[in-house]
Amino acid sequence: MTTAEPPVTLTIDGQEVAVAAGMTIWDAARRVGIDIPVLCHDPAMEPVGVCRVCAVEVEGSRVLAAACHRQVEAGMVVRTNTERCQRARRMVVELLLADHPRPCAKHQLDRSCELERLAEALGVDQPRFPMRNAERATQNGADGGPETEDGTPAHAPILAPPSSALRLAHSPFDLSSPVIAVDHRACILCDRCIRACDWLQVNEVIGRTGKGRRARIAFDDDRPMGQSTCVSCGECVAHCPTGALTDKPLVVALQPERLQRVDTICPYCGVGCAVTFHVQEGKVARVTGRDGPANHARLCVKGRYGYDYSSHPQRLTVPLIRRPEYYPKGPLSEEVRHEGDYRRHKPGAPVTDYGPILKAFRETTWDEALDLCAARFLEIKRQYGPEALAGFGSAKCTNEDNYVFQKLIRAVFGTNNVDHCSRLCHASSVAALMECLGSGSVSNPVADVARADVCLVLGSNTTENHPVAATFIKQAARRGTTLVVMDPRRPALANHAHHYVRFKPGTDVALLNALMHVILREDLHDPVFIEARTENFAALRETVARYTPEMAEKITGVPASTIEEIARLYGRAHNAIIFWGMGISQHTTGTDNARCLIALCLLTGNIGRPGTGLHPLRGQNNVQGASDMGLLPIVYSGYQSVADPNVREKFARAWGVPLNPKRGLTVVEITSAALRGDIRGMLMMGENPFLSDPNINKVRKALASLEFLAVQDIFLTETAEFADVILPASSHAEKTGTYTNTDRYVQLAKRAVAPPGEARQDWQALVDLAGRMGYRMEYRDEAEIFAEMAALTPGYAGLSYPRLAREPIPWPCPAPDHPGTQVLFAHDFPRGKGRFSPAEFAPAQELPDEEYPFVLNTGRVLQHWHTGTMTRRARALEEIAPQPFVEICPADAEALGIGDGDPVRVRSRRGEVTVPARVTRQIAKGSVFIPFHYREAAANLLTIDALDPTAKIPEFKYCAVRLERLN
Amino acid sequence: MLSEKAFAAIEAAKKRYPDPRSALMPALWIAQEECGGWLPREAMADVARVMSLEPADVQSVASFYSMYYKAPVGKFVLEICHNIACDVLGARRIIDHVRERLGIAPGETTGDGLFTLKTVECLAACGGGPCMQVNSRYYENLTPERVDAILDGLRAHAEAGAPPPLPDERPQPADDGDAA
Repeated sequence: MTTAEPPVTLTIDGQEVAVAAGMTIWDAARRVGIDIPVLCHDPAMEPVGVCRVCAVEVEGSRVLAAACHRQVEAGMVVRTNTERCQRARRMVVELLLADHPRPCAKHQLDRSCELERLAEALGVDQPRFPMRNAERATQNGADGGPETEDGTPAHAPILAPPSSALRLAHSPFDLSSPVIAVDHRACILCDRCIRACDWLQVNEVIGRTGKGRRARIAFDDDRPMGQSTCVSCGECVAHCPTGALTDKPLVVALQPERLQRVDTICPYCGVGCAVTFHVQEGKVARVTGRDGPANHARLCVKGRYGYDYSSHPQRLTVPLIRRPEYYPKGPLSEEVRHEGDYRRHKPGAPVTDYGPILKAFRETTWDEALDLCAARFLEIKRQYGPEALAGFGSAKCTNEDNYVFQKLIRAVFGTNNVDHCSRLCHASSVAALMECLGSGSVSNPVADVARADVCLVLGSNTTENHPVAATFIKQAARRGTTLVVMDPRRPALANHAHHYVRFKPGTDVALLNALMHVILREDLHDPVFIEARTENFAALRETVARYTPEMAEKITGVPASTIEEIARLYGRAHNAIIFWGMGISQHTTGTDNARCLIALCLLTGNIGRPGTGLHPLRGQNNVQGASDMGLLPIVYSGYQSVADPNVREKFARAWGVPLNPKRGLTVVEITSAALRGDIRGMLMMGENPFLSDPNINKVRKALASLEFLAVQDIFLTETAEFADVILPASSHAEKTGTYTNTDRYVQLAKRAVAPPGEARQDWQALVDLAGRMGYRMEYRDEAEIFAEMAALTPGYAGLSYPRLAREPIPWPCPAPDHPGTQVLFAHDFPRGKGRFSPAEFAPAQELPDEEYPFVLNTGRVLQHWHTGTMTRRARALEEIAPQPFVEICPADAEALGIGDGDPVRVRSRRGEVTVPARVTRQIAKGSVFIPFHYREAAANLLTIDALDPTAKIPEFKYCAVRLERLN
Repeated sequence: MLSEKAFAAIEAAKKRYPDPRSALMPALWIAQEECGGWLPREAMADVARVMSLEPADVQSVASFYSMYYKAPVGKFVLEICHNIACDVLGARRIIDHVRERLGIAPGETTGDGLFTLKTVECLAACGGGPCMQVNSRYYENLTPERVDAILDGLRAHAEAGAPPPLPDERPQPADDGDAA
């Protein structure tokens, strides 16, 4: 479709219309306000023209045309509403309606079944045709033999009894998925679900089976949905016109007349999908996708079905104070006290037994709780100085919460000891980007992948950790972008890639240097760009000269010819984009890994244009924003250095207090400082270091050793077991505020429900605490906080609540009339020239040896989020993924005598966990993988707290373990 | 599930088409032959893998065509035409006879796993109606007596290794290909 072609003029119902060539009659009609009914057509997807209800008359044509599919032609005369069209539509609808339950589930809910609405509009009431539901429900009939009651075909030979008995027993319902109900009777075979699954989410699970009157939709090779490879994203439900595919209610039975819609942003990953919450009885009762810049209305299983955590009965509703008899402090629950064993948690039981924990606390008032916090923080400050205090904010909280949090720590506590979980995910990426480009954020939005010729994805399990971002990458791969996936552990995205490169864990620098070696050797670099826009090129050239593909092959295990092939692909691309995840960043060489990616990009000039650039996929929904807000020990909001006297002066004036010039400590450094007694008091807002930080046995001691710990959270986390005071906070559903996504879009979310009990907004509790510590903060609402922040933060200067209420805007947005910036670095870099920072290969901190022969990799699964505080209390998510596991390759499993599902004890030098084995080829020989969400078997008991020297990010992706089979 | 030989045959089939995925139907046929005349789920999964297709794609094709069997069938599949020409020539009598003789209805298989009865639309052999196809062989001008002889012959073929019964003593119409 080219826009250069001249417009086409045609006549629709007597109106002359000029539209772009290539447009369909249906689209052209809509331009002039003529709605032609459709069933199979969905504007989000390409038309297929299978239902024929959009039949229109085209003058000179013998037959009716499908308006959704037929393209406009110059001089065409179209009539959309003649008796002939109506008759054709009525017939189609009548035939479809004959098989359709009335009302179907969707129509019963809110009269929104498109078929039944159309029938009403066309005056079709009682179809003249007999119903064929019984046959629709059966599988394949005589062609394929009978099937068992649960719908799977019988594999036993077809013996004596007539199959009709079995056929009648087969239900037209498939309720096997925890979140989606299938009613084949209501299906009109429009293929919208199939196309949503294939084209939008690119999961390719749904197809058709059978033919003629027995045709049905089917999952994979015709399995029950819940046993198929369906990832429960619900895109099929979102596009189903009838009640064939519907969301199962997870919280309350929906009553449409009582439902209120609130537009907000998904609380989970950094993609930042726009969603609508449907609220009933003060609870989020359903979630649907909204057309936002990052998701185009798509969602994943967490976003669509993981909402019920906010109305979970275990929410904290009153402040709690630890009882005197529970000192000295220590863990309260079995799971937090001991080494990990998955068998401690019984599937279906609440993820945390509150009994033994709540015993240790008494309920109190906000006044008493906050007075106690204020007194203890002031006391520690007086006795040991402000640097004995520290605070962890949260990338789950809003920009407003986090701005107030870091202001409290800096202006009231008087220290820069403030950090958050960004330290654990992309600290190294940010450090390298700051060093080489002068800005720590992504250069291009995810959706830009559509304009790239080549896309590299490294160390990212995108389909599980950024599922909606992955849909754009998969779509691009299908439409012609060459996708290269490089990862020691084979991610599902590799199934969509043109090249999958498996390399030895921890050898990224050698691999990337060799790619650059080949690019330089074969003159595929961009000398003009290098000359004009970069510095330190000579040093890079010297370093990578030693990394021949042959040398890299020895280190990485990747054949030299493959390295050459990938280098040529990237080097020759007009536009190439790079995505990376924690596989790059969570290493002691994390900053070096990112430096190499940046150098690769600068070397070929692949930055500053659409379809190019560098995109570290940010993890949390507001990890970009939390960093932007200055929830980092070395910078205020907008990455303004605490060491810069002018900056400090600016903030000191705005906040009305002198500020501490000393850089603060990072997350893992704070843990170590607590053990040493240097940090004595902490405020923890929505962070759960007990599960998220490396080497938990050390974290446990550190938390127990704190003189005073206040935890502000929505549930009793593992970390809260060590608290002196616990403050009940608001969940995302209860907050108004802004979140900044991985694309740098600042998006406004609105409060959907009231907080439970006495729970308060995070920022309100912080403001109250500041007041009791002798510092007045006054904000009437979140908009006032945002305005104060924006005035101090150049990238946000042009943003305001009124603007953001209209549309999300990507920062930098320096002025109120500035549209925001999607693609950075078109003309220069914030630091001036881009810098090549060459890096040498260095091995990981703890290499496998005879005693601990395996490399442990850790990460996430699709259904769970970080420490599981929210997702393990989301019914459907926990039902789909109730258990931890250790991935091990078939050869290693066989050598150790381990079968799939067998309990295995995994030990490192620091701890041990017992988890069931999952034998899979996804993982390479010599490596194992454990997800870190599960409190009963926390993977971080095993991980090493070795840090990247620059970014202080721990090496979550590499430590040595051994495996023992349990009898 | 599938043997190396079957995989090799599928790979060879893929080479015959400009787009290798077009070889899905021959691939399914190869798999069915290999698996005793039907397509177990695992065999279809193997086909999906070797064809680089999603299981759903393989399922839609396999379920669309009636000659891919998704459940076990007898050693001999008796496909008796009941389209108009054969019907006029007495197909109903033939079908009833087989039902009675074997004790199975269309769509069913005998307890010994030897015969599956199916009724089918036109076999394109109207000149020899009533007719039936048994696996890849045609039998025409059927009468109940002839059917008895054919069934006996098939049983002897299966049990005692006798040669399969001959299609028809009368000469069959010559295959004149594309009617040159």
